[in-house]
Amino acid sequence: MAALINVPSKAKRGDIIEIRTLTSHIMETGFRHTMDGALVPRDIITSFTCSYNGTEIFRADLFPAIAANPYLSFFTIARESGKLEFEWIGDNGYASTASASITVE
Amino acid sequence: MTTRPMTRRTAVLGITAAAATLARPSLLRAQSTARIVVVGGGFGGAACARALKRMQADLQVILIDPNSVFTACPFSNEVIADLRDIEAQQFGHDRLAAEGVTVIGQTVTTIAPAQRSVMTADGVALPYDRLVLSPGIDFHYEALPGYDEAASDKMPHAWKAGAQTLLLRRQLEAMDDGGTVALAIPANPSRCPPAPYERASLIAHYLKTKKPRSKVLILDAKDNFSQQRLFEKAWKELYGDMIERIGLSQGGRVTSVDPATKTIVTEFGNYTPDIANVIPPQRAGHIAEIAGATDATGWCPIDPVTFESKLVENIHVIGDACLGGAIPKSASAASAQGKACAAAIVGLLAGRTPQTPRLTGICYNTVAPGYGFSLAGNYQPKGDIFAEVEGGTTSPVDAPRELRSREAAEAERWFQTITADTFG
Repeated sequence: MAALINVPSKAKRGDIIEIRTLTSHIMETGFRHTMDGALVPRDIITSFTCSYNGTEIFRADLFPAIAANPYLSFFTIARESGKLEFEWIGDNGYASTASASITVE
Repeated sequence: MTTRPMTRRTAVLGITAAAATLARPSLLRAQSTARIVVVGGGFGGAACARALKRMQADLQVILIDPNSVFTACPFSNEVIADLRDIEAQQFGHDRLAAEGVTVIGQTVTTIAPAQRSVMTADGVALPYDRLVLSPGIDFHYEALPGYDEAASDKMPHAWKAGAQTLLLRRQLEAMDDGGTVALAIPANPSRCPPAPYERASLIAHYLKTKKPRSKVLILDAKDNFSQQRLFEKAWKELYGDMIERIGLSQGGRVTSVDPATKTIVTEFGNYTPDIANVIPPQRAGHIAEIAGATDATGWCPIDPVTFESKLVENIHVIGDACLGGAIPKSASAASAQGKACAAAIVGLLAGRTPQTPRLTGICYNTVAPGYGFSLAGNYQPKGDIFAEVEGGTTSPVDAPRELRSREAAEAERWFQTITADTFG
């Protein structure tokens, strides 16, 4: 499943807007063992970034204690119309991106 | 697996038998006229009141409930799907009264634990030695912005059986073919955790039969749910892609509603279905809060051996309202708790140490006429709550339709038995 993004499609200049993201990922901790004792290798998302018209406005580092399907919500100020871009990077070369547009009046 | 139905019945009988054994010695040296007031005449309260009177005939047992007719929730999903009349869900307290329980048709307005007294709306104060609260659930409206009692006229919850059940049925009857019925399902703890999925199934059955171009959309605050594999298999088998479910990790958690536009808002989108069956988050019935028996969770912490409140002395809380841990908020569990609580109270009055109860909860789901499955669990006190212990069973996922059909018939017999046992 692609990531879920909730960005208001329209906002007034200077408004504080909430951005919500949710992406599907197992977030395997690397601490669990299988029935026969083998370690289940770590497989997590390690970082998330959000850029607003090319400028990074939010970044998060993720760790094994974070549950599956990480949900992140944060706020920013609506300064100009344009594009918000999201990127998740993780173990085993995991990379996922998404984007959303906003019109600022 | 073939012996399972027998095991269940034996387990249920076990509770009754244990209760009877506990009661016998107390008849000999009972305190003359201890008074037990039971508030709430549903599966928990009625079972408790009846058990108290049967265990110790000289107890004064008072049952207070403003409703002279109790409308049962189990099987009410069949009423919604037009498979059953609401009258089949309705029971009175006449038999309890005939057995010597004093039934008072009033609302309790205040409880004074220090004076050990409850006050009813008509201004009468009733003193008690022990008070049993079995108030069921109320809705936690603050947890779902936009939803309140007025909203439930447009977006019915139908999570307390009665007028709401019939309202949802009328909405289904009035909907055009090709419409969407959305169910908003809250996180646990909530009343009867598998019931929303049974409802989705039976609504799908109704639509398939009467309005086959319609859809059921489940917006769910949970990723996983009770008997999920059984439900999902049945949905695929019976209803194809008629039922769509958006779970928590797909953004299914409902965060607010707008009754004016019949909009359901989730974290990632808005939905405007033709019918919005919104089941709000829940907490213990209001009277438990009045008594001071609820904690920050909105539910009532109890000593699981006696069901006595951890917060207020001489008050016991049973059924959906208590913080039961693994034991589900179901009719079957409430009834078992009512009987165990009655045994504990009779023991406490006689100065005995109560025995540790072992409770059984049974839950049947009917996903179409003649297609049922079940989950039976055994529960014992562990610390402050109930933990599930060995002996529980769930219907196999791969089973012939003949078993599903037998379980659907068993479900009906279970309902006849528990209602006869409680009210009949």
